[in-house]
Amino acid sequence: MGGTTVDEAERGALRRRAARAFSNAPRAALAEHWLAWADRPGVEVLRGPEPGLVMVQGRIGGTGDRFNLGEATVTRATVRLSGGALAAPSIGTAYVLGSDVEHAGLAAIFTALLADEATHDTVIAEVVEPLEAALADRDRAVRTAARTTVVDFFTVARENAGALASDEDDE
Amino acid sequence: MYVAVKGGERAIAAAHELLARRGRGDRAVPALESDQVRDQLGVLVSRVMNEGSLYDPDLAARAIVQAQGDALEAVTLLRTYRTTLPRYGATVALDTAGLPSERRVSATFKDLPGGQQLGATFDYTHRLLTDAADDEPAGEGLGTGLRPARPAEAPAAADGHLDARMPRISDLLGAEALLEEHVPSPGDPEPADLTREPTIFPMSRAERLQALARGDEGFLLSLGYSTQRGYGRTHPFVGEVRVGEVEVEFVAPETGEALPIGRIEVTECQMVNQFVGDAVTPPQFTRGYGLAFGRAERKAMSMSLVDRALRADEFGERRVGPAQDEEFVLAHSDAVEATGFVEHLKLPHYVDFQAELVLIRQLRAVHRQRDRAGHETTAGDRVGQSDSIGGTP
Repeated sequence: MGGTTVDEAERGALRRRAARAFSNAPRAALAEHWLAWADRPGVEVLRGPEPGLVMVQGRIGGTGDRFNLGEATVTRATVRLSGGALAAPSIGTAYVLGSDVEHAGLAAIFTALLADEATHDTVIAEVVEPLEAALADRDRAVRTAARTTVVDFFTVARENAGALASDEDDE
Repeated sequence: MYVAVKGGERAIAAAHELLARRGRGDRAVPALESDQVRDQLGVLVSRVMNEGSLYDPDLAARAIVQAQGDALEAVTLLRTYRTTLPRYGATVALDTAGLPSERRVSATFKDLPGGQQLGATFDYTHRLLTDAADDEPAGEGLGTGLRPARPAEAPAAADGHLDARMPRISDLLGAEALLEEHVPSPGDPEPADLTREPTIFPMSRAERLQALARGDEGFLLSLGYSTQRGYGRTHPFVGEVRVGEVEVEFVAPETGEALPIGRIEVTECQMVNQFVGDAVTPPQFTRGYGLAFGRAERKAMSMSLVDRALRADEFGERRVGPAQDEEFVLAHSDAVEATGFVEHLKLPHYVDFQAELVLIRQLRAVHRQRDRAGHETTAGDRVGQSDSIGGTP
């Protein structure tokens, strides 16, 4: 507990990126990456994959006190990998929104591969980055379509002369 | 009092079989798949998720198909299903401005940063029933009579603004202190959970919002409407409505680290209402808040109106309308509770009703006796009749 090293902070940022990539990826894409993984280690399922719930919280007014909005389904899995290209047996746990148990299982496998020194960089380069690129493509398409709906409303009433920062007279 | 009945197993089984056949309809027509419902009836799926208080578009779509389109029956299926699952914890509170919204409009500010972005909306459609077969290119039918936009029609100007920041309207107005500010209370307290704790009035605003979020859309719509018509007027403006995906983070107990676990779509409404102020605080706009799963704009707007109306005591407003009465609103907003109590009336009440029959026959016997006695004493005079109704000897 002697303070977070830069290295650990970087590792943490990579874990966030990986969790984001694994959870947002289509299950089929994760399955393809797993089938394409050279020298697959043995997989022992320690828990699950099992469906459950998380209570989704929001904030009053978007920024105030928390409140319980409602629950969402989530699936979790914990696996232990051994053999293959791993430096040592490695444990991975993943939580993924939805009730697709295979998705959570695959995410847990890649989380375990990410945690191992020998496979960490390969997971980032060959799994996380392609998944991120696919998600970015999807987001770009969605946002491009959404930006085509930007409107410039203008008020028919005479604008107040010289008003710069004030729209308060518009109705 | 309800006394249970037994028997009828065969008739009940046959009725369920008939129900399944009615639900399947004409077998020459392909059966409805739940992924069609999920993708093509997304607004209905959102409603079922909200009132079912469970975000899972796949399960909600399955429930809708199983319920033959009875939204409330589907809601009940989701509520029942959720009780079979363990809860792993609560998410990190959503940041609704974290990802670019698909839709973000403001009725109060014309030129707000990030722009007025209509997104996928029924607003400004003609609301005319169209002949989908005539109007839509093959294979592109949207089922709404609306044509999908051609990619070629997208203005090139869209580039470069894809990551346009869309600050909350409250951040803009809040900067001038014109708008009531919402910041977490000291210690960012864990909100009470209505699904785990007994309902005690008065509730906190957080508890009220939880109840409204799972409340019946139609009920909240009517209550919101009533405030506009004068039953607890709050002078509302839509400061902002936004619809879009938000990232969900969860602190797994195994790691103690907050990590993304996926995205959900939400609709948020920031209602801006007329001012309050006192000797200490200068006049400020007040706020109502609505947040809902999926595409649920009417729900989020209604919720924000009712949320604001229920803050009457907080602002020292006289309570004159039903929408301002917390106990009335929150005790009747849950459609599963409401339908359970209303619909149970059709179940066999034979013993119950037998007791009523015995009672009414007694009353009528008394009535007859009095009537006869009245005829004997005041012949031809009908005065005694009205006195005897419901009267005891």
